Amino acid sequence: MLADVRDDFPLLARTVRNGRPLVYLDSGATAQRPRAVLEAEADFLTRSNGAVARGAHLLAEEATEAFEGARADVARLVGAPVEEIVWTSGATAAINLVANGIQNATLGAGGAEADRFRIGPGDRIVVTELEHHANLIPWQQLAARTGAELAWIPVDDAGVLDLSTLAEIVSPSTKVVAFTHASNVTGVITDVAAIVARAREVGALTVLDACQSVPHIPVSFPELGVDFAAFSGHKMLGPTGVGALWGRKELLDALPPSIFGGGAIAVVTMERTTWLEAPTRFEPGTQPVSQAVGMGAAARYLMSLGMENVAAHEARIAQIMREGAASLDGVRLLGPVGGPAAGDVLGLAAVAVEGVHAHDVGQVLDDRGIAARVGHHCAQPLHRRLGLTGSTRASAHVYTTEADAHAFVEALASVRSFFGVTA
Amino acid sequence: MSSLEQMYQQVIMDHARAAHGRGLVQVDLPAHGESHQVNTTCGDEVTLRVGLEGDTIASLSWEGQGCSISQASISVLAELLDGESLETADETYEAFRALMQAKGEPLDDDREDMLGDATAFVGVGKYPARIKCALLGWVALKDALIQARGASSSATEGDKA
Repeated sequence: MLADVRDDFPLLARTVRNGRPLVYLDSGATAQRPRAVLEAEADFLTRSNGAVARGAHLLAEEATEAFEGARADVARLVGAPVEEIVWTSGATAAINLVANGIQNATLGAGGAEADRFRIGPGDRIVVTELEHHANLIPWQQLAARTGAELAWIPVDDAGVLDLSTLAEIVSPSTKVVAFTHASNVTGVITDVAAIVARAREVGALTVLDACQSVPHIPVSFPELGVDFAAFSGHKMLGPTGVGALWGRKELLDALPPSIFGGGAIAVVTMERTTWLEAPTRFEPGTQPVSQAVGMGAAARYLMSLGMENVAAHEARIAQIMREGAASLDGVRLLGPVGGPAAGDVLGLAAVAVEGVHAHDVGQVLDDRGIAARVGHHCAQPLHRRLGLTGSTRASAHVYTTEADAHAFVEALASVRSFFGVTA
Repeated sequence: MSSLEQMYQQVIMDHARAAHGRGLVQVDLPAHGESHQVNTTCGDEVTLRVGLEGDTIASLSWEGQGCSISQASISVLAELLDGESLETADETYEAFRALMQAKGEPLDDDREDMLGDATAFVGVGKYPARIKCALLGWVALKDALIQARGASSSATEGDKA
């Protein structure tokens, strides 16, 4: 069972509008940080800050050790070898790193080793209809620039991925399948095994958006069998400005870099450059070191709580919010109330209130001290498919209490009468 | 009155429910303009069309969808400015922008008189995230009027030539 961690999060003690206690239900957008993360970053900056991998002095050594130690902690959280974790500025950058690497391979970079990444007319890139824009637009762009065709796995009327035509959509010409581990709108966890199995049959690379899964459920990328995965620091109780790309080592070593500069190189002459192995080849320039240290601390904090415990706690929060929301007149819960098995929906609930715009719903929640996300949550195609322009999303984390979940449902129950849309 | 009730004053709720000027009207006047504006944070949108007769807004209509603040604001704008002079439209636009920047404080009496029902949006100024909602239609109006004036001046020049 998850320990009561509220006191670890100083921000949660503040009051908001009208002196009300804060009910923070926007962790799907950005999570609050525990003291362990804030202090790790502060300790690093007040004691060990120095240039990583660039000096012979003590601070440079300590900084390098902290930076690489954080990489090892993050690797452990996702069940991966340390050399398979690439620091990025966030998940968006991580996905772009893969897409741009494929584009550069297509242009001839990386030589014969990178042949496997080449893509062009007649090839197909597959995404899903419920992707966050960060895992849609890079692939749209790659398709447009290479002449490959973009196809997508559709969702059903409930907003859940429909895998019934998977074998047709992931056709033999498919080179990349990019999909999310869990929808940031419906919360439904993807059947990764089914998609990976089909991708392997046709020899396509798989790229997983793991932003919503890594902070909330036990995840092992090697066990999931995908080829690449992206996740961010700030959704997993860590800092902003840092994230990670995980990739199988032989793929990372073959993928051409797409950002170039100092620190990532073996030999540079005036004519040409050779790259170091992964992950260093993808980390030119000065990295977000203190943020990486903070992300490492966040990984340790989550592992100390136990991801099984985190998942069980958030499943309980999901149940209260989703069953509660679905039981209200004029409130439409996006996605199913709950799936056939426990833990198949993340601790979030996105709703559309009949006759009331999401911004207006959010304002009523805000008046009660409840912080929720309103709008399309960077998933316009999914909302459009569901006949909506936006929704109101409450999303939980380790510090979310059952009282928070009930407060959301109670506030939601008051919305339609406030706007006079009930009979 | 709570901040929430101050923001959603009855006059705003009434305008949101029964909006003025909704439904785009065909404009055959040579001096006309149309503007499509989107609030990128929520996807709300409005298309607003104007037609001028001399210095008077002879036609003002719109179509759109969005939150109660954006819809009510466009409705109030349509009611206030349809049939008014361009000078009044410019002054009212500036007064409304000032109201949005006033952080919930009332304006002076002259500008309040000019704004009429639009003074009800005073509470929106306390919520920076919602100011864009209230301004959506006004931005469309400003843009449509610039186009209409351009069409008007080129038509005038054409007459001279």
